[in-house]
Amino acid sequence: MGGLAEAMQPLNFMMIIIGCALGLLIGAMPGLGSVNGVAILLPITFIVPPTAAIIFLAAIYYGAMYGGAISSITLGIPGASTAVATVFDGRPLAQAGHADRALTAAAVASFVGGTISVVLFTLFAPPLASFALRFGPAEEFALMIMAFATFIGLGGDDIPKTIFSILIGLVLAAVGLDIISGQPRLIFGDIDGFLHGINFLVLAIGIYGIGEMLWTLETTKGEVMVHKVQISLDRMKSNFKDIKNYIGTTSLGSILGYFVGTLPAAGATPASLMSYGLAKTFSKDPDSFGKGNVGGVAAPEAANNAASTGSMLPMITLGIPGSPTTAILLGGMIIWGLRPGPLLFTENPEFVWGLIGSLYIANFATLVINLAFIPLFVKILTLPFSILAPIIYILCVVGGYAPTQTMHDVWLMLLFGVVGYLLRKLNYPVAPAVLAIVLGPLAERSLRQSLLGSHGDVTVFLTRPISATCILIALALICYPVIQKLTRRRRRNLGMGQGQG
Amino acid sequence: MTDRAVITTEVPAMTVRTAELLMAVLLALCSIGLMVKSAELRIGWVPDRGPGSGAWPFWLSAGMLLACVATMIRWFRGTTPESRNLEPYMTREVALLVGISAGSIVFLLVVTHLLGIYVALFLFLLFYLKFVGRHSWLITVSMMVLVPIFIFCLFEWALKIPLPKSITEPMFYPIYDLMYS
Repeated sequence: MGGLAEAMQPLNFMMIIIGCALGLLIGAMPGLGSVNGVAILLPITFIVPPTAAIIFLAAIYYGAMYGGAISSITLGIPGASTAVATVFDGRPLAQAGHADRALTAAAVASFVGGTISVVLFTLFAPPLASFALRFGPAEEFALMIMAFATFIGLGGDDIPKTIFSILIGLVLAAVGLDIISGQPRLIFGDIDGFLHGINFLVLAIGIYGIGEMLWTLETTKGEVMVHKVQISLDRMKSNFKDIKNYIGTTSLGSILGYFVGTLPAAGATPASLMSYGLAKTFSKDPDSFGKGNVGGVAAPEAANNAASTGSMLPMITLGIPGSPTTAILLGGMIIWGLRPGPLLFTENPEFVWGLIGSLYIANFATLVINLAFIPLFVKILTLPFSILAPIIYILCVVGGYAPTQTMHDVWLMLLFGVVGYLLRKLNYPVAPAVLAIVLGPLAERSLRQSLLGSHGDVTVFLTRPISATCILIALALICYPVIQKLTRRRRRNLGMGQGQG
Repeated sequence: MTDRAVITTEVPAMTVRTAELLMAVLLALCSIGLMVKSAELRIGWVPDRGPGSGAWPFWLSAGMLLACVATMIRWFRGTTPESRNLEPYMTREVALLVGISAGSIVFLLVVTHLLGIYVALFLFLLFYLKFVGRHSWLITVSMMVLVPIFIFCLFEWALKIPLPKSITEPMFYPIYDLMYS
């Protein structure tokens, strides 16, 4: 209660509202996510006390998590990697004239995800933090193998093409200086631009920005983006009635998102993708996923919001950032003269509980702001394609330039966009490549550290209980489509046998 | 005579089936290229340092090659829907639409290198809105002015991310003076 009272102080409350609104705008911008917003706006927080500053930045973080869904749904471009999974069903829904339905689902799911995770954060912080501490490199690598296996087992796409997509993403992540030896790797044509590696946003914006626009051009011939968009009180009521259809998926995604978010190796992106995979598995109609199932929007949105709260847990309790955004927040805390770690709860209780209280309020504030502006977001879709397309191309170019500020990355983005479009035409799934490029550096580091620690003995992944469990789950996920295929064939044969009998 | 001339000059569109095989072969060649490039570094075990720098990308590329071979085998067996699809991979109309869009982005990037992003945005919007979209001059000019201003205010002023200006950089000095004074 003290935390809520602290968050309701006039200055802190104002910081929450401004932060949420700014976060929504930043999150909705293709190429800009919470990490950009928090990094760029961190210096301006030095003019307010630390509690107000962390509340402001946390509100941006929250708002950006909601905002990512806006561009994923209305433009088909994820505002950040955390909203990649939202595109899978958000975009088909918008194209079918149900952008309002997808946006409502995203807002409600984010609210549920945020609320559940904040409650979990408040109640279970100490034991979960100590559990996450037990994760060594072997466990981190096994966890990532499990995330990739989710795509192979549950993605429903062609398996060799899915494996290719994962591997190319991992190879692209390996471009640049070797993380351990510092040697330059895969520097094609000795171009200096490759030395700093390939930023995941370059691939994500290329595929989901440029590639998506080219795909839309092919499917609509540039004539219309959406056939029909309607917003009315009745539609909004029906959208809210829709909630019962995805509340179970949302709750499950929230819990999953929170737990994955607490792990330093993981975060909101794999959490949202895993949540999407789970929602598809447990759905009564898994074939409708990727074609406009509202549960496919709610599940990743709940998970990415929950993960953003989860990632704050190790930052506050252990001083270990759970995500790039929390790494910047951690840096801010040190500048403000605070010492992140368990002592923070006793030394600066008003700071910790003020932050926790602000998360409750920010969650509600973002929901209200988001829902109030849904009609405005939907209006974006009614723009003629010949106006919308150049705006999106410009945002992609500027968004591709912003992270590293090199034109080399913008050219790469265009290349990825065109190649991604050509591959998509042949049913190569592109989402696994985006996940792989994000997790690639972590996966390589944890694999090499594990092997170095075990002197090259690969059984290290099977002798540690947590990693062995993850590997077993991954194997089960990989075998799942084969078992499913065999079962179907057996059933078909039995059916034919009975028919003949 | 005319019919024969049409038959001999018309290029048949590539089918999805052919594109599937061609793509698998191209990706397999890329995978081999990546394996060769990775093998320039050590791909085996380095005492006290673990796997060599090239090991991770080498084995990943080898996996990519295997995935491409699997796609080729499935193509020969006709397992994938794409390997049985005899429809055109890309019609002439789609190729034109996609070509204009991709070409206009190439134009935007080339002009950005030469004259800076704001001149490039100006010309790109003129081309796309007036000549591709056939919008009125009012909409075209409004967008040509407002979009670069919005981009400048958001990225350079609010977010402090300088965008490339090439030879037009000196034109922005008075604005920088106002922004940072």
